[in-house]
Amino acid sequence: MGLSLFYFVAFLSVFFALLVIFSKNPVHSVLYLIVTFFTFTIHYILLNAQFLAVVNFIVYMGAIMVLFLFVLMLLNLNKETEPMKSNLLKVAGVIAGMCLLVTIAGSVKALDVSDPLVLKDPGIGLVKNLGKVLFSDFLLPFEISSILLLTAMVGAVLLAKRDTKHA
Amino acid sequence: METVTQTIQSVPLNHYILFSTVIFAIGVMGVLIRRNAIVIFMSIELMLNAINLLLTAFSAYRGDAAGQVFVFFIMALAAAEVAVGLAIIVMVFRNTQSVDINVLNRLKW
Repeated sequence: MGLSLFYFVAFLSVFFALLVIFSKNPVHSVLYLIVTFFTFTIHYILLNAQFLAVVNFIVYMGAIMVLFLFVLMLLNLNKETEPMKSNLLKVAGVIAGMCLLVTIAGSVKALDVSDPLVLKDPGIGLVKNLGKVLFSDFLLPFEISSILLLTAMVGAVLLAKRDTKHA
Repeated sequence: METVTQTIQSVPLNHYILFSTVIFAIGVMGVLIRRNAIVIFMSIELMLNAINLLLTAFSAYRGDAAGQVFVFFIMALAAAEVAVGLAIIVMVFRNTQSVDINVLNRLKW
């Protein structure tokens, strides 16, 4: 059961990721992306990274996806307004992506590391442990990331605001 | 919780790398074959998530918490990127009435 659970969830992730890029309607794309992120949350739980599972659930599935859906709703996009590339470009894009996949998969095969993944320290992904590392070794990057978020917030407000002087 | 941690014990690290590669390649394909700027953004999110999962798997494999802290920073960065990017898309839509990236082809030269 243990092994097959990972492969089942991995299959679901790949399936819904493919649906994200191949569905015609952008609203369906966002909904499939939410399901994909949910399967990623299950992966984090399987790796016993509980903090990341919760953050992935709240930040990605909550905040980011709501932002996407909100913008889609604001722009009123649907299947009719969806711009499509020509079939030739699509085939070329898929072939290019497959080439990347084959190259990385081939180099992984050349590495020949196939030890089973054993959780050396099962408590590593717990909030207590990660908090200790985050606020001791990574204190400066953590504070800088808060400035990054502030900058992004100011930038987003500035960009989305209507220009009242010139319009 | 013990049973959950037991289930993952037998998955080879290679399979995590291959799985993340597949998701990353799907993201690259999405960027290449779509013209809707928002769907391209979603594909970038897919790529970031593939990297996140791989970093988590490596961190669990090595028994080092630094990998999971990196994932935390990548998530903060993704949130900032999405906020600014979607604001830019809204502005582009306001000026051109479309989210087709071919409208922006004057950026090429």
